[in-house]
Amino acid sequence: MSPTLAVIIKLVSIIGLMLTNGVFMIYLLRKVLGHLHIRLGPMHVGPHGILQTMNDVIKLLTKEDLTPRLADKALFYLAPMIVFVPSFMAYLALPFSDTLKATSLETGLLFTLAALSVVPIGILLAGWSSGNKWGLLGGMRSAAMQIAYEVPLLLSVLPVVMLAGTTDLGRIVEAQAGVHLGFIPGWFIANPLLWPSFVIFVIASLIEVNQTPFDMSEAESELVAGFGTDYTAMKFGLIYLSEFSNTFIVSAIGVTLFFGGWLVPWIPMAWYDAVPVLAPTVFILKTYLGIVLMWWIRGTYPRVRIDQLMDLGWKRLIPAALVMIVLTGVVDKLIVPLVTGTVG
Amino acid sequence: MSETIPAVAFYLLAFAALGGAVSMMATRNVVHATVWLLEVMLATAGIYLLLGAEFLALVQVLVYAGAVAVLTLFTVMLTLRRREDAVRPFPPAWGSLALASLFTGAVLLAIRGFCSVAPEMPAQAPGIEEFGIEMFTTWMVPFEIASLVLLVALIGAVWWTGGDDR
Amino acid sequence: MTVGLPQLLGLAAMLFGIGLYGALSRKNAVHVMMSLELMANAVNINLVAFSRFVTPEAMTGQFFAVFSMVVSAAEIGIGLALVLAIYRRKKSVELDAVQELKG
Repeated sequence: MSPTLAVIIKLVSIIGLMLTNGVFMIYLLRKVLGHLHIRLGPMHVGPHGILQTMNDVIKLLTKEDLTPRLADKALFYLAPMIVFVPSFMAYLALPFSDTLKATSLETGLLFTLAALSVVPIGILLAGWSSGNKWGLLGGMRSAAMQIAYEVPLLLSVLPVVMLAGTTDLGRIVEAQAGVHLGFIPGWFIANPLLWPSFVIFVIASLIEVNQTPFDMSEAESELVAGFGTDYTAMKFGLIYLSEFSNTFIVSAIGVTLFFGGWLVPWIPMAWYDAVPVLAPTVFILKTYLGIVLMWWIRGTYPRVRIDQLMDLGWKRLIPAALVMIVLTGVVDKLIVPLVTGTVG
Repeated sequence: MSETIPAVAFYLLAFAALGGAVSMMATRNVVHATVWLLEVMLATAGIYLLLGAEFLALVQVLVYAGAVAVLTLFTVMLTLRRREDAVRPFPPAWGSLALASLFTGAVLLAIRGFCSVAPEMPAQAPGIEEFGIEMFTTWMVPFEIASLVLLVALIGAVWWTGGDDR
Repeated sequence: MTVGLPQLLGLAAMLFGIGLYGALSRKNAVHVMMSLELMANAVNINLVAFSRFVTPEAMTGQFFAVFSMVVSAAEIGIGLALVLAIYRRKKSVELDAVQELKG
């Protein structure tokens, strides 16, 4: 197989994964939120409404593509692209198994986070270019939040990088192989030192993907639909597809960093080679479990106010994340060697 | 042993960077100018990748695209009282143009003279691990000073923007 | 056709020239800040190019570029804060609006 062909196949399969994820996650979101609210969710199209999302996709594809009269035309078209392309790029570094990954980057974690950091610009431009005050307010809120919480997000993954000694996502997973004391998985979440970082990571990543209780950017009771108000048809589709795929990506990053990626504890490594679909299946199942947990939070808590959110981010999470980095360094390089007697 | 940079990729990125920079100066809309700046920054990240500076390319995206461009757009939008204010006519500045072209011309001439002694491209540079080790051994003190600079900038920015009593 | 150090330096010089023109000619404070970023960016290209061609093992230029990025990030933070402070007092971001010290 020629290298060019391999690249094309990888790109196409990532787009396929992204679309499948999007379609499936919309259905799952409706069902999960429905059951959390003690209602049924979609029921009419297909058994238990599983074809409902297909209906919606067809609707989105066939709708008229409107451009508001006051819109800044060029940016109005560009903004959904700026939102969509980075979240597509972010898939490139995810390790679905030892061998099944689009790229093997030494800086995979940084790559994913760098790709996600471009999204706020698209949101801001989408809000501004539609020429609508709700859109502008939603875009500004969203960008302010995301840029504020990018800092704790980046800082909260650093202790994991310090312990694993690499930013290559595949090698971070490998660092979590094995078990402690015969039964506790070697995942980083089993290390009490990383628990505060994990909490910070969860909060910051919920904000990065605009989930309730942190969805001020599209608070439908205040801002209609925020930055997406004026978008119709497939431009709207792209924005929302990217939002769902960002949810998938932060969940996948969380799984990779803290829950051992594609690893199952207690089984020998040879099994992964014997059953090639085992590792990707485990990875995707874990990721979906993370997504459902995010939606559980979304269905349970009320929205916080923007000033409370900023207060939490700048005054609490960033200092806490910095303290955790120092603490991890001290414990890993000073206390552990002292206890185990390997100072050198 | 020496390597070469893929010429097609380089010229495409160089065209993107220069075109973006020229468009940034040519547009009268300050929001469009920010988008062009973003494009220049991303093209620069691509050039860093060609030069084997993978870490630096990602930091470029993270810092310039992720933070600087958003901050700039933010300031633009906070200081626009009406949307139409984004479009501002500017008078032709022949003096500045002459000065800038003179400067660029002089530098280009100097580079032309330097062409004959330009070194060959050596073999591939080391990766991010060596980069990290170097950063925290050889460049330890500058690194700490840089963090101090950022802290001072943070406090300064908060002081300048915070509070209505000033 | 090979790409060497001179081409990279040429690109950086042209970017720097464009940034210089913008910084000198613009009246909008935000536009001036962006032009300054463009100039810093051109310098960084130079630093990384020299690092790749002259000291690939020590990566000296790359570290310089990192510190230069730190400084320009600090600069844009402070600069935009100043722009906002000026806007609050003058209701304008045109640099001509700020001329208290003009004799």
